[in-house]
Amino acid sequence: MTTVTRSLPKTVARPLPLRRPQSTTGFWSWFTTIDHKKIGILYGATALVFFVFGGVEALLIRLQLAGPNGTVLTAAQYNTMFTMHGTTMVFLVGMPLAVAFGNYFIPLQIGARDVAFPRLNMFGYWVVLFGGLFMYSSFFLGGAPNGGWFGYTPLTSTPISGGALPGMGPNFWCVGIAMLGIGSTTSAINFIVTILNMRAPGMTLMRMPVFTWMMTVVAFLTVFAMPIVTAAMIMVFFDRNFGTLFFVASKGGDPLLYQHLFWLFGHPEVYILILPGMGIVSEVLPVFSRKPLFGYSVVIFSGIAIGFMGWGVWAHHMFATGLGPVAISAFGLSTMLIAIPTGVKIFNWLGTVYGGAVKLTTAMLFSLGFIAMFTLGGLSGVLHSIVPADTQQTDTYFVVAHFHYVLFGGLFLGIFSGFYYWWPKVFGRLLNETIGKWNFWLMLIGFNLTFFPMHILGLTGMPRRTYRYPSGMGWDTMNLIETIGAFIIALSVLIFFVNIIYSTKRGKVAGNDPWDGRSLEWSIPSPPPAYNFAEIPVVEARDDWWHHKYTEDAEGRLVKLPSGGADDGEPAEVTTTGATTTNVAVASAGGVATIEPVAHDDGHGIHMPSPSFYPLIVALGLPCLGYAAVFTEKLWLIPGLLFLLFGIFAWGLEPGTES
Amino acid sequence: MATVEQTPTGPGPGELVPTHHDDPASAAHATHTGVANAKLAMWLFLSSDCLFFGAFIATYLLYRDRPGQTGPTPQDIYNIPFTSVTSFILLMSSLTMVLALAAVQRGDYRRFRIWILSTALFGATFIGGQIFEFTEFTRKGLNVDTNLFGSSFFILTGIHGTHVLIGIVWLVSLWGLSMQSRLSQGDSERVEIAGLYWHFVDVVWIVIFTVIYLLPK
Repeated sequence: MTTVTRSLPKTVARPLPLRRPQSTTGFWSWFTTIDHKKIGILYGATALVFFVFGGVEALLIRLQLAGPNGTVLTAAQYNTMFTMHGTTMVFLVGMPLAVAFGNYFIPLQIGARDVAFPRLNMFGYWVVLFGGLFMYSSFFLGGAPNGGWFGYTPLTSTPISGGALPGMGPNFWCVGIAMLGIGSTTSAINFIVTILNMRAPGMTLMRMPVFTWMMTVVAFLTVFAMPIVTAAMIMVFFDRNFGTLFFVASKGGDPLLYQHLFWLFGHPEVYILILPGMGIVSEVLPVFSRKPLFGYSVVIFSGIAIGFMGWGVWAHHMFATGLGPVAISAFGLSTMLIAIPTGVKIFNWLGTVYGGAVKLTTAMLFSLGFIAMFTLGGLSGVLHSIVPADTQQTDTYFVVAHFHYVLFGGLFLGIFSGFYYWWPKVFGRLLNETIGKWNFWLMLIGFNLTFFPMHILGLTGMPRRTYRYPSGMGWDTMNLIETIGAFIIALSVLIFFVNIIYSTKRGKVAGNDPWDGRSLEWSIPSPPPAYNFAEIPVVEARDDWWHHKYTEDAEGRLVKLPSGGADDGEPAEVTTTGATTTNVAVASAGGVATIEPVAHDDGHGIHMPSPSFYPLIVALGLPCLGYAAVFTEKLWLIPGLLFLLFGIFAWGLEPGTES
Repeated sequence: MATVEQTPTGPGPGELVPTHHDDPASAAHATHTGVANAKLAMWLFLSSDCLFFGAFIATYLLYRDRPGQTGPTPQDIYNIPFTSVTSFILLMSSLTMVLALAAVQRGDYRRFRIWILSTALFGATFIGGQIFEFTEFTRKGLNVDTNLFGSSFFILTGIHGTHVLIGIVWLVSLWGLSMQSRLSQGDSERVEIAGLYWHFVDVVWIVIFTVIYLLPK
């Protein structure tokens, strides 16, 4: 039965359509790389560029609203600005930044050499990039999306001839969201398989770093949430272009169905955005408090509980639509309940910091800022579970204040904490701490100036999404303060970019472990070699790297282990001191395999996946198909299908690694 | 960690379980779950696809019997015996898919080619039936823009048909690989993954057929 072996060894491969790219360095290697670390950097850089786009849109909105009867933007322009600001920040900044950190650090934290599907990983990046460029191309090709980031029907689904929304914007929006959904689903599947299958020996689930855990929950949420919004997008698109009646009320269609589908995706999406921030904070706080995370398993289980309960609260976005008393009571209750695991985490973080030897680095400041701002956002959020109050606040600036406190005060402060914390690992140099503190304080002050007054404006009735307001409503001063605050945030972001440029040249060389870290990524050189670990680590404890550096004496005080090595008596070749010595050890491992890796390798040196053109080629097909759909122009199908079919077949025939 | 020389002697808690996976391209010769990476990824994709279909099925159920619709209703237009036959053919393709996988796993490439091609042919027959059905329906005056039933029926079955079509291309590609002797016993996982997809598409059809055609008003 098992006598037949492969008839044709893969090494005698038939000529592939394209010669395999070889180089792993230089400019062009970035187009074909399949290294999870490089892809992580690409995701991060791309997301930061879109962050600037979304930020400029926000500034234009704030300029328009700086005083009554603003004249900076027309009503139509204002619509595209708030639509693209929201869409950009959610799909092109928030999610890609989380994926950037996940890409770079999940394999490092679980002791793996790469993700499970390196080429699929690169494909996901190209899809996100092309999806973003596709959406922004709408500005030049018939009008940008203008129906809000939520795209409510029947506004977005009415055909252009119906005159509800002018331009091609909603078409671009539907197709773009569906395209970005493909990208985020592939990266989520990749993360789950990597985490479930490729952990180092001894890395049990309950020894995994919290960031990786939260990314696991996020990946599951993404896998199950994106298809729902994709289905909704297809219905909207068909309604607008092909005359289906899904949301046409006069023919019995139900516009509310769209809201259900959208928020059934949209609420898990909120947790897709915030959980990575929570994960980063849970990494940073223990390191700079020099204490293990307080209640590790409770934090994990709270994260999982949020992941599950996040599916049962979507209708709190729809309390004003008349769902009926039973439904709104149930969703009000579930919204109150989901505050519990969130609150538990906040107390865990406080417990971690309490009594610790706190070092107020920039990363730590951002994490502490996260706790404070996210708590405020959570408090205004739980107010929305009280249905009468929510009905009053719906579509006012109070809601805008709430979700900016959780997403900016939560996610982005967490992301910035991650930037300062992990920058030295990725680029080998520390970001400057003095500039960093300016960055933090300006951001915190600017953020609160911008968004705190929105609470009051909302409670006094200022509606969202209106492009101007009359004077004499008592809103003028606070709106001006908000605009000033927005520019302070912009200044802070500018300072961050200055810090990047400054630190690239003058930053302190980090060494392997500048923060005295706890998880595996700090045990290897900065930046890590292509294969991450010369030897696959064998994990013996939670915070394994910490336990290789420290032990406790009889009174429970920390004692540094003499060599920083394990208790096997051998000196560790990976220490905090010498980057050079480590590189020597690493070079020999890459060449003549003097150090035999323990697992994932049969002793023939380290096989790393080879670069590939095909992820790029397949991904190029998607915007072509997108234009075909947006303009219902069949000609675009030809390049789209050619890219897709050629790319997929060649990809399927190409072995993962050239040996 | 660091310099520990360790060779796992047997899978303990948190250790790696070796799987039959002889693709040297993959860095993972052993996985924690015991399920090969590509197979796990396919399961995850299918679970995602469940919600995709779920959204359309829910929409159909919501809209099928909405009052005030004009034009043909399900009762007017369905040809249950005809659709039952094409559904049966699609279900039979799952059987031939199983036989194809079994054949490639034991290295019987001739039978593999026969079975994989008959699977694709059964799928194509189903698609042919669907095209016939769609033409019939439009001839009887049901279109995507006729009424809500038409919108949700055509989108749901159309999406499913697209899935079947992709599956057919996939199966024929596997057949082509085998004809070129590029698909060996060791690559049976490729066939298995295509099979997972194919079975899923069949199972979804069982749900759709029951919900759309058989469920009484």
